[in-house]
Amino acid sequence: MTSGAVITGEQPAEVGGERTGEPATPVPITLAKALNLGLRSAMAADPKVIVMGEDVGTLGGVFRVTDGLQKEFGEARVIDTPLAESAIIGTAIGLAMRGYRPVCEIQFDGFVYPAFDQIVSQLAKLHYRSGGRIRLPVTIRIPFGGGIGAVEHHSESPEAYFCHTAGLKVVACSHPVDAHQMIQQAIRSDDPVIFLEPKRRYWEKAVVDPRPLGEVSPDGTTGLHSSAVVRAGTDATLVGYGPTVRTCLDAAEVSAADDGRSLEVVDLRSLSPLDLEPVLASVRRTGRLVVVHEAPSNVSVSAEVAARVAEQAFYSLEAPVLRVTGFDTPYPPARLEDHYLPDVDRILDAVDRSFGY
Amino acid sequence: MPSVTELMQLLTPTGHRITVASRARTPEPDAPPAAPPDRPADTPPTPGRPTPGRPTPGHPKAGPDAGPPSGELTAVDIDLPAYVADLTDDELFGLYRDMVLVRRMDEEATSLQRQGELGLWASLRGQEAAQVGSGRALGPDDMAFPSYREHGVAWCRGVDPAAVLAIFRGVNLGGWDPATHGFALYSIVVGSQTLHAAGYAMGMTWDRSAGAAIVYFGDGASSEGDVNEAFGWASVFSVPLVFFCQNNQWAISEPTRRQSRTEIFHRAAGFGFPSVRVDGNDVLACLAVSRWALAIARAGRGPVLVEAVTYRMGAHTTADDPTRYRSPVELEVWRRRDPLDRMRAHLAARGLLGEERDRHLALEADTFAHELRARCTAMLDPDPTSLFDHVQVTENGLVAEQRSAFAATLDPGDGGTDDRLDREDRPGTGDRPGTEDRLGVRNGLGVKGGLVAGETHVPGETQLPGEAW
Repeated sequence: MTSGAVITGEQPAEVGGERTGEPATPVPITLAKALNLGLRSAMAADPKVIVMGEDVGTLGGVFRVTDGLQKEFGEARVIDTPLAESAIIGTAIGLAMRGYRPVCEIQFDGFVYPAFDQIVSQLAKLHYRSGGRIRLPVTIRIPFGGGIGAVEHHSESPEAYFCHTAGLKVVACSHPVDAHQMIQQAIRSDDPVIFLEPKRRYWEKAVVDPRPLGEVSPDGTTGLHSSAVVRAGTDATLVGYGPTVRTCLDAAEVSAADDGRSLEVVDLRSLSPLDLEPVLASVRRTGRLVVVHEAPSNVSVSAEVAARVAEQAFYSLEAPVLRVTGFDTPYPPARLEDHYLPDVDRILDAVDRSFGY
Repeated sequence: MPSVTELMQLLTPTGHRITVASRARTPEPDAPPAAPPDRPADTPPTPGRPTPGRPTPGHPKAGPDAGPPSGELTAVDIDLPAYVADLTDDELFGLYRDMVLVRRMDEEATSLQRQGELGLWASLRGQEAAQVGSGRALGPDDMAFPSYREHGVAWCRGVDPAAVLAIFRGVNLGGWDPATHGFALYSIVVGSQTLHAAGYAMGMTWDRSAGAAIVYFGDGASSEGDVNEAFGWASVFSVPLVFFCQNNQWAISEPTRRQSRTEIFHRAAGFGFPSVRVDGNDVLACLAVSRWALAIARAGRGPVLVEAVTYRMGAHTTADDPTRYRSPVELEVWRRRDPLDRMRAHLAARGLLGEERDRHLALEADTFAHELRARCTAMLDPDPTSLFDHVQVTENGLVAEQRSAFAATLDPGDGGTDDRLDREDRPGTGDRPGTEDRLGVRNGLGVKGGLVAGETHVPGETQLPGEAW
């Protein structure tokens, strides 16, 4: 719940966007910069943390998330790797066996599939296979989702594949404050984490407390493992994660202005395991639920949320759980992506349908 | 001193040229066995060593691909004797003993599978020399990454053989501690472990470890993308890693020629690191070449690829029927190159394997197999709720919920912990302190690295005097 108020601008601003210099007034920073600060804090806190991936060193990453890290921590800790995704994850497993804490960047969502075996058969299962003897604290950062006019394979939402695999934690950040904390929590986790970054939100800004996680949240447990109500409401519940949290908030804004409806918005943050308590609590109050994500609907996170809410809050529901998702097609050419991606109109249409029951 | 000073070259049926020590040399494929296996097969030393790339007289090249391109190594280019010069007579015998016991374990495991005690078994028969030779080249600081057939390497790393059987019995998925033994868990997705080894070796460099990593894979796995990515990665980062390919000629039903148009060891050249092909049925040659390769890796000179040319004498696993795809003639050819027979002949020629010692070793092997069988059949099924253990380090709410619901459905006699042995105390489900001496034999259990002298100890018998050998 640490960031819930921040998104609606209610949390008081703390310190400025730079670690040093202490500007007089807080400066909002981008989500990409917040991740960068989080990575830097994690590397400074633990010499076993290493960053590895394609173009993460000299270039600072294609989205500049690792900008400046190689200069600060050296080539041995920020490694430009060969273009071999399976090798990035496979060698990270070996490094983790050796006691390191690798943070791997997969450059784009659509490039993760060459590493699929290493992620689902090795990384996810070695702790179990070894009867708990092996721990693999590997973080895999993946910019995901569409909306930036990219070419094919640069706009996908692969989260369901990983949520389906026992042994992996799958999380998605939606906001600079969360991004800053969650990346540090993911790196600190002794379990492997698929860390999804909403690439079309990289440039959204907010004021972030730049202090390391240990100072902001001494126990380091908030954020990563829990979902959060990011806008309070009473009439219906919207659930999103990653890039669609902003879309849900926009929809709630419009709905309040145009229809006088009070929509509550929940950011899932953790996709596996799910933290459904805030969702269930919200549904018990509103009776209506719309789940929103960019990934296709079939066997998706929204399918799981709908099933579990039906199991656990059946008598609270005034209407079926509805879903607003990407279509069950391959991701379309960029000139069509606005039709594919859930937007405010499609969400409000679903809300209307929910109220029609 | 072991006699690997005289080396000869053979052509394999697939056109590979391999190097063997002449004293341990087996008869030519088409020739009848020259002598019974227990007769000293000491042949006159062949003067000089063959020149690389030039066929040995009497062994014409099978084709343009039969020899390596000039400039590439074969085992004859390495001063092999220097790498095994330190071996005592007892250590020489110890290598043979390792192979005998590992084969006996393999035979017992196959029987156990046929009797329903194991779900499956992947036999290493025929590959004992490659595994014991390379396994005994490793030191305590080294880390080995196996595939799933490396029972002989597991033995050399001090892994309890019962822990290996436990996997195939379905009791657990990997019952030893990789850090303790310097031996990673078996990896069934072929080739995947090469990347783990490359990453681990990278970390060894950063940690200034005195050791190196070695990764085992086969001719089939050499086609996997992961193996080729590992070659590239290990090379550009110059990691201390020995790629040890056991080319056993078959990937289930597919011959090596379906994996590669070139010979496997040639591939390293394209990735920019040295490689060598060695007779994988010659335990001394495998030991020497592995020591050579590990020395390069440990010295910070980057990876090495070793292709050990050997043969899978058994089926791929107990679920396979090799008569559907390979001929009895081929099997017979390789049977005459049996790595145990060759070392046996070598030892006999050196007077290190008399009748009494031989009998004693046979007794030790049978005792070992008997006790292994007893421990295997005594393994209880794990506690049913243990299937929920260790999914993640941090508790996962969904898993915890399912565990509780599942536990509530169990009858008391069904695996509640009250009426069962505590899992940690059950036999064979892992290698715990205290199991090392259970077999009563000094076989390297609990030891990782180095050679083990070949004294035999059988419970209930006094040790035979040295002159009895």
